Amino acid sequence: MAWQHKDLLGLRGLSKQEIELILDTAAPMKDIIGRDIKKVPTLRGKSVICLFYEASTRTRTSFELAGKFMSADTVNIAASSSSVVKGESLIDTGKTLDAMGTDIIVIRHAASGAPHLLAKHVKARVINAGDGAHEHPTQGLLDMYTIRERKGRLEGLTVTILGDVLHSRVARSNIWGLRTMGADVRVCGPSTLLPPELATIGVQAFTCIEEALDGADVVNVLRLQLERQKKGLFPTIREYARQFGLNQERLKRCKPDVLVLHPGPMNRGVEIADDVADADFAAIEEQVTNGVAVRMAILYLMMGGSGSGAVH
Amino acid sequence: MKLLDKALLMDDDAIRRAITRIAHEILEKNEGIENLALVGIRRRGVPLAKRLQEKIQEIEGSTVPFGALDITLYRDDLTTLDVQPVIHKTEVPFSLNGKKVVLVDDVLYTGRTVRAALDALIDIGRPQVIQLAVLIDRGHKELPIRADYVGKNVPTSKREVISVRVMEVDGEDGVSIQDMVD
Repeated sequence: MAWQHKDLLGLRGLSKQEIELILDTAAPMKDIIGRDIKKVPTLRGKSVICLFYEASTRTRTSFELAGKFMSADTVNIAASSSSVVKGESLIDTGKTLDAMGTDIIVIRHAASGAPHLLAKHVKARVINAGDGAHEHPTQGLLDMYTIRERKGRLEGLTVTILGDVLHSRVARSNIWGLRTMGADVRVCGPSTLLPPELATIGVQAFTCIEEALDGADVVNVLRLQLERQKKGLFPTIREYARQFGLNQERLKRCKPDVLVLHPGPMNRGVEIADDVADADFAAIEEQVTNGVAVRMAILYLMMGGSGSGAVH
Repeated sequence: MKLLDKALLMDDDAIRRAITRIAHEILEKNEGIENLALVGIRRRGVPLAKRLQEKIQEIEGSTVPFGALDITLYRDDLTTLDVQPVIHKTEVPFSLNGKKVVLVDDVLYTGRTVRAALDALIDIGRPQVIQLAVLIDRGHKELPIRADYVGKNVPTSKREVISVRVMEVDGEDGVSIQDMVD
């Protein structure tokens, strides 16, 4: 099967076969990252622009390296140093990039839906690198890739997503992707940080961490988004750490071969204890490597075989 | 476009004999198996390389390393294809540095696959020498690439298609020539 979409805006709506195609394509890409010469000529002559309206280290660098490893020309635009500060609209910025012959625009924006708006107005293919509290599809995919690599499957696994689900685009992409792939998804956090619509999409919600961890195969710990916590949704960080921080003691409730994930950057000692973050059962650094592989796979699938029949 | 069977060029016995002859030629040209390695180009080059490895083992009594190369990422026509090729793994579980590598494929046609394979090999390591073995050389090269070992030379027209079938992929051994019919 081939990639049939112009853009990658979210995991909601992607089929099981499409997600499998991306994950299967990422495996040979990971081999390239492990080589001495990390370069293949696949996307020679193609341009990838990373348009970031929010700060980011790993996602932006990961996309940039993924493009470079495949010989694409990659350019980074930070909104703070672009014409955005002069008041240029997102659509106009997109049209400018389009006029320069850009093939792919990777966008991160604080507003949910910004990539969708951009995608409607540009010829370039658009990849959502995180929009507000909506979706972060490539993070969801790299999490699934990491789980599949360690566990050999996704179907039938119990995955607990722990923390600030309300503000988390990572959680949403994980929920859509994992549900599609047949995993059992639980979420856990203070009730003020759990969105009310979860039950309608087949996700179990817990406010007691012990119950949420009982028999879990995977725990995906979310970052407590300190920058979004000014609304007083929980009393203090210390209390949050005591109630919802993942530590060795609490992990005993999970399966013995539990896998711990974290999208980073971590607040050590808040949502995750130091000795959990650095343990063998945590795959946090591996997630970063897999992130490059998954993004290479997406760039390949979106640019390779783009003859007239492939795009609707 | 339809394909119409025209003639059977090689049956299973003919393929087996060709593999045996190429194995002998490889050993003669390289004076044995020292530093020798076989790398098949996915897909049908891989089972052919495997058979060459087995034949060499039979003749010499010891085995040579064997790998599989996927060249999808090295193609120069990816973005013009309608159907996206699926990428498979490249598996070369030994160092290529200083090796005499025999690259194996089923058909040599334009030479573009081999060019891509050379790029892919050189990105993995630095072989001492790279040789090329193909089951069928059908002509119409577009690049200055020739095979060192050829199972059968088949002069063809561009309206013809060479179909190589191997047991491991297709469930039978055989090479046939077909005509393109509009």
